[in-house]
Amino acid sequence: MNTLILLLATGLGLGGLYFLVASGLSLIYGLMGVLNFAHGSFLTLGAFVGLAAANTVGADTWPGLALGLVVGSLTGAAAAALTELGLIRPLYDRHIEQVLVTVGLSLASVALFEGIWGPNPRNVTRTDWLGSTTDVLGASVPNTAFLNVLAGAAVLGGIVAFLKFTRYGLIIRAGVENRAMVTALGIDVRRAFTVVFAVGGAAAGLGGVLATQSLNYVSPHMGASLLIFAFIVTVIGGMGSLPGAAVASVVVAVLQQLANYYLNNTGDVIVVLLLALVLLVRPSGLMGRPA
Amino acid sequence: MRPRQARPPEDQASPAVLEVRALAARIAGQEVVHDVSFEVPATGVTAMLGRNGVGKTSTLKAVLGLVERTGEVLLDGVRVDAERTDRIVRRGVGYVPEDREVFAGLTVAENLRLAERRERGTADEGAAERRALVDDLFPELVRRAGQRAGTLSGGQQQMVSLARALLNENRILLVDEPTKGLAPKIVGEVAEALATAAQTVPILLVEQNLQVVERLAERVIVIDAGRVVHTGPAGELLGDPDAVQRLLGVSTTSTTEAEVTR
Amino acid sequence: MNRTRTLLGGLVILALLGSLPLLALTVPGVLPGYTYEPGTLQLLALCWLTAALALSYHLLFGVAGLMSFGHALYFAAGIYGLAIVLDRTDVPLLPAAALVLVGGIALAFLVGAVSLRVTGISFAMVTLAFAQAGNVLVRRDQGDVTGGEEGLALATGGVPDALVGVVNTRNLYWLALVVLVVVYLVVLWIERTRAGHMAAAVRENEVRVRIIGGRPYLTKLVVFVLAASLATVVGMAYLLLQSGASPATSTADFTLTLLVMVVLGGVGSRWGAVVGAVLYTLLDQRLAELAHSAAVAGLPAVLRIPLSEPMFLLGTCFILVVVFLPGGLAGAARRLADRQERRDERAPEAATA
Repeated sequence: MNTLILLLATGLGLGGLYFLVASGLSLIYGLMGVLNFAHGSFLTLGAFVGLAAANTVGADTWPGLALGLVVGSLTGAAAAALTELGLIRPLYDRHIEQVLVTVGLSLASVALFEGIWGPNPRNVTRTDWLGSTTDVLGASVPNTAFLNVLAGAAVLGGIVAFLKFTRYGLIIRAGVENRAMVTALGIDVRRAFTVVFAVGGAAAGLGGVLATQSLNYVSPHMGASLLIFAFIVTVIGGMGSLPGAAVASVVVAVLQQLANYYLNNTGDVIVVLLLALVLLVRPSGLMGRPA
Repeated sequence: MRPRQARPPEDQASPAVLEVRALAARIAGQEVVHDVSFEVPATGVTAMLGRNGVGKTSTLKAVLGLVERTGEVLLDGVRVDAERTDRIVRRGVGYVPEDREVFAGLTVAENLRLAERRERGTADEGAAERRALVDDLFPELVRRAGQRAGTLSGGQQQMVSLARALLNENRILLVDEPTKGLAPKIVGEVAEALATAAQTVPILLVEQNLQVVERLAERVIVIDAGRVVHTGPAGELLGDPDAVQRLLGVSTTSTTEAEVTR
Repeated sequence: MNRTRTLLGGLVILALLGSLPLLALTVPGVLPGYTYEPGTLQLLALCWLTAALALSYHLLFGVAGLMSFGHALYFAAGIYGLAIVLDRTDVPLLPAAALVLVGGIALAFLVGAVSLRVTGISFAMVTLAFAQAGNVLVRRDQGDVTGGEEGLALATGGVPDALVGVVNTRNLYWLALVVLVVVYLVVLWIERTRAGHMAAAVRENEVRVRIIGGRPYLTKLVVFVLAASLATVVGMAYLLLQSGASPATSTADFTLTLLVMVVLGGVGSRWGAVVGAVLYTLLDQRLAELAHSAAVAGLPAVLRIPLSEPMFLLGTCFILVVVFLPGGLAGAARRLADRQERRDERAPEAATA
């Protein structure tokens, strides 16, 4: 029973991380039709820069961590916005080229990170609380799981509020449904594109710093490895659907944890099988619009 | 806010608000509009007629730049074909698309709010007037302001689509088959709303329902196989059953469409 | 007339390439030595195999329009499949290869059947996921079969002596060249047959194909399996050339580099895929050497760091090509040829003016 609770808890925490990355992917694809392969690099950059900021104050302190989270998000947002303005916008409506450009960026950026920070994972220092566990019904749950769930929920709430209460949010919600009609109402959607990229980048950057706390290391490849799962989550949840991404994040992460423990470390394979199953039964994903 | 222009007298010398020259459009690589040229006068309703699939909707979309196109488009004598769609629309083009295309996930109020174009740093008196007009024309929408647009009936969605265009100060409205698939009573309401709108803004109306055309339009442009095959006064064409049969393939004596309520 | 010319040209090039191990040519700065030396032959053989692999991807992406991010799976299946069979059994090379090919076809059929249920981005994602699963299986090394992170050395027991050892690099070179020619001919043949035309039609407009009675799903599946099988064959040759299997060949990154090659060369062009692959392989080698050279080490950090990462340069180069040179090298070549043609047409007119 303890183990089950532990697995569920860590699954939820991991789900929070997946959601932070997948939220941006889902919105970007839903609104712009762009598959952003560079999204993992926003995460990695956010992680490195955020940690550097945290270290100035002391990464094992709460103010340090808070600073790191803020700087990480801002870094992610900036990197994303620059990417959109410099690479994606000039290729308006050429979707294949846009995807290819993000592929090129992902390859180049990871190499650059390796060049700057070295290819090997580095240790991070964490606050005592995050480095330890809390007893929940007999299971020793790592405290990072709580933080991740909190962050995931907060970001979900934040983005939903943004979509519901701001004009850009309105434009984005409409644009995900019918971009051409939004344009036909006299609205320049290109600025909304940059906003969506920035929001996604901020979530990814935040996720990057949080991931370093959960994994207890930082490395130039961490974005890429999380990105693959984020993609799977986005497809399963339905492209363009934020609630879908949230649900799928939890389902995928929990399933992964359970499979890793009970089925001899086959979590990754099980996730792929789940993807295959969902696609066979419901190609548009759990909550996506039927194509 | 643009100053109200004096309405010119209704005659052939009316300057055209919209002029199209040698317009050609492609959809998925296929050319569907070939060398279309016409003018829309600055007052009244001009109807664009033609059988299904001849390229009427594509022509409207081409004017806005929603499809790949070549040729010249002039709004108030100014060439706009090199501009992006949203810029053309902001110059004052209201668009009521075929199949309404309301945003299903947004509420009625949100659909309308999205459509309101607000010029930066200008007074709002016109906006309040137009809002009042829309509320007056479509009381249903006021009642259902918080309802998700996807759950509305076809007629109510059409009202949303019309209201979107009427909320703004436009130089011209492009309206594409607003009565398609609607019950006769609603057809009447839509025609009524269009007639009210036509008092202040010229309309280019694509329509298959000849009774509505008769009620509203002063001029007609007939399209066939992606080309203009006839232009002229509406009464002249509609009063000639042979011409109607030849150009539109329908008989004016058909009574399958109910009388438009006046 | 044009076809015969192309055929003759092709045969001449082939003869030249085939005779390289017997010649003492070199391209300083590009090739590490003379063409009779094993080191150079190894690099060139790698170029040919990469080109063959890129051609198989061209079939998938360029002809059928299927953007798969998991093509590396079948390549790795060839490498690891053959390595494991040779390692674990006493089956000699040819029967083992046949066995692995059958396995590769079966794998491609299963994965393809599922993946092709969706299109576009979802398809890309599914293929990526399956390849990722394969990568994980390889690295996890269940039952100590795949050698995990360190890879698996080639068990030379069942391999004919002529293909083993540095001294026989020239034989491996010829093998690689043969594989390239065979793959090229297969791709050419497919493109010319009805299946190829059907695949291109599906790429352009799937709905229209369905209306005229074609079966897009089946066509796509056939092309998918064919492309994957070719990749498996190349993988097996690759195992022999490299004398070992490593997990790097099963990563998503690897498929992405294939994509880079095909795009660099020009999507939809056969020779573009070949040139893109050869260019990429050579650049990769050269940039890696440049990265570790003394010249770069002496540069200030701002320049040194990017220059010492070959992938950074390749990635940037790729971005520049996508943005400024759509259609890749093949597209640029075609535009140059068109411009030349137009100039030739105008010249006689000018002469008579």
